[in-house]
Amino acid sequence: MRAVCWNGVTDVRVETVPDPEILNPRDAIVRITSTAICGSDLHLYDGYIPTMKKGDILGHEFMGEVMEVGRGVKNLAVGDRVVVPFTIACGNCFFCKQELWSLCDNSNPNAAIAEKAYGYSPSGLFGYSHMMGGYAGGQAEYARVPFADVGPMKIPNGISDEKVLFLSDIFPTGYMAAENCDIQPGDTVAIWGCGPVAQFAIQSCWMLGAERVIAIDRVPERLLMAQTWGRAEVIDYEQVDSVVETLREMTGGRGPDCCIDAVGMEAHGHTADALYDKAKQTLRMETDRPHALREVFMACRKGGHVSIPGVYGGILDKVPLGAAFNKGLTLKMGQTHMMRYMKPLLDRVIAGEIDPSNVITHRLSLDDAPAGYRTFRDKEDNCIKIVMKPHGDGLTHRHSHRHESGVSGMEGEFDRGASQNPRTEEEFH
Amino acid sequence: MQDVATRPVHSYQSTGTYKRESDSTHRLTTLLGTTVVAVSGAVLAAYAFKQRSWPAAGAALATPLVYRSATGRWPVPDAVANKVSEVPTPIEASVTIDRPAHQLFSYWRQLENLPRFMEHLESVTDLGNGRSRWVAHSPLGFKVEWEAEILEEREGQILSWRSLPGAQVHNAGSVLFEDATGGRGTVVHAVFELQPAGAFLGRALGRALKPITKQQVKEDLRRFKQLMEGGELPTTDGQSAGQRPMINIHNPL
Repeated sequence: MRAVCWNGVTDVRVETVPDPEILNPRDAIVRITSTAICGSDLHLYDGYIPTMKKGDILGHEFMGEVMEVGRGVKNLAVGDRVVVPFTIACGNCFFCKQELWSLCDNSNPNAAIAEKAYGYSPSGLFGYSHMMGGYAGGQAEYARVPFADVGPMKIPNGISDEKVLFLSDIFPTGYMAAENCDIQPGDTVAIWGCGPVAQFAIQSCWMLGAERVIAIDRVPERLLMAQTWGRAEVIDYEQVDSVVETLREMTGGRGPDCCIDAVGMEAHGHTADALYDKAKQTLRMETDRPHALREVFMACRKGGHVSIPGVYGGILDKVPLGAAFNKGLTLKMGQTHMMRYMKPLLDRVIAGEIDPSNVITHRLSLDDAPAGYRTFRDKEDNCIKIVMKPHGDGLTHRHSHRHESGVSGMEGEFDRGASQNPRTEEEFH
Repeated sequence: MQDVATRPVHSYQSTGTYKRESDSTHRLTTLLGTTVVAVSGAVLAAYAFKQRSWPAAGAALATPLVYRSATGRWPVPDAVANKVSEVPTPIEASVTIDRPAHQLFSYWRQLENLPRFMEHLESVTDLGNGRSRWVAHSPLGFKVEWEAEILEEREGQILSWRSLPGAQVHNAGSVLFEDATGGRGTVVHAVFELQPAGAFLGRALGRALKPITKQQVKEDLRRFKQLMEGGELPTTDGQSAGQRPMINIHNPL
């Protein structure tokens, strides 16, 4: 099959690789109909997430059709249409039982590496470094899904891929970011970043009863999307002297009640601290540029809530924790506990409350991935969100690359899977 | 809780496998003594070889053996000697598993299950009457075998075992199962020992088996937990990947 493989810093290539196989009883193989490039993939692209290996298959936002299930998977059948969450969870451990799915104890085969970095290991993730399990990702024609009886959510026919694809990560991530703010009636929420997660955080803040939402970025089309689709007030941080002062003025001198850092480890800025971070990160002396987080801590009102959906990887320099402490801020963060949110948010999509496909700006084939990563990273061509169709849009490409990898003995298996499932792609849309 | 922390240590002292820690004076004299023996031996041997005096050369080379037979130690510093044998170091680790104690105990008590989560083991066969036959694979590729006996067994609480005298390796283990607070599963506390032991030849074979490390015990317990909670070991072995480099310069994992 064809797959997008990490080959080094800013070097992704589409390669022909062996087809995935069932390796464990609770595995499933999914034929991927839609897959997206996530903002957090850019941290891998730019080389700031450690323990990547040349040849790793990228991608953690994908959906498709179940092709094969292991003997331990009872709730999925061949032909089921599923969205796959980016976190991998066993469903049986202390953390899974508390719905802290992204903290699963048992899904990371390389937990020892993560323990060295973080003390304890979070769950395994698709296509997100060996420290996070080293699982092959979903920017490919097929993917192996471990613990498939827990994560994948069945999607009814009659609703398009594009409307449900982002239930795999960014919509639940934006929603949890808003939920972590503990929004009260009358609250003003400020959101750093207007990328795809921030766009969904804006939508979710309204769902959770925010009074005002203020979004901060510098990219015109993203600010515009926050204003139009998101109905948010916006700040172009390159047009103001101080984001913190601007927010103070906009909130009557009190500061926003809740602040969301939807930027993470590669923040841009034009202040001295941002240049300092850029220099250190360029020299690989630090992994994270926490400019946005510094502003969040300074801007948030006393006793406010800080929510961090933006990814941080390592040790942060010059973060004013004193500001957070002395203002009594509440901090919440972490990878999204996906399965808490997927079904309720699917219901909202089906009910027509929100159309997640609004964030899509680019539709590409898998072979366009290298250019897509570049365009997305450089925010060129008004790029906000890229979706790829590994099998094209029609049935004719169904097995286009399936047999090229030279893996023998699989053909019968998959032909049988296909004949049991004569549904056409058109029914999906 | 106090009980759990102290019990394994007591049990090890009772087996009498601990040896006296060498004090610094002892270390110093040993170091001086062995250095003298080694240097003089080497000088003698070199001289004998040069003079083509084969019996003298042989005698010089035999000096360490004589030293060994007289003192019971090789003429090398203790630190080096201990690294390869002599003092079994008990390694402890704990894990909390979200399963009832009796279930965990009964899986562990089926000794045939141990190789599923203890990486160095190839097989364990229950011989009945508390006896079992253990086969481990060494890093060099050949097998090391020994027999063990169960020392203590209390259903759902504790299981201890020890290799029988004369085995190639000294292997002992003790695993305790205790209810975690608040109904949060079971705390599994394990203490393992794995050291070369026995007679000269057997010991040489046993040395191929490296002493067990803390990280190994932690990983064994992690795999036990993964099996008990998830029913399988998470893996990426055999999954798809693009072209891998011959040498990974990014992250030599």
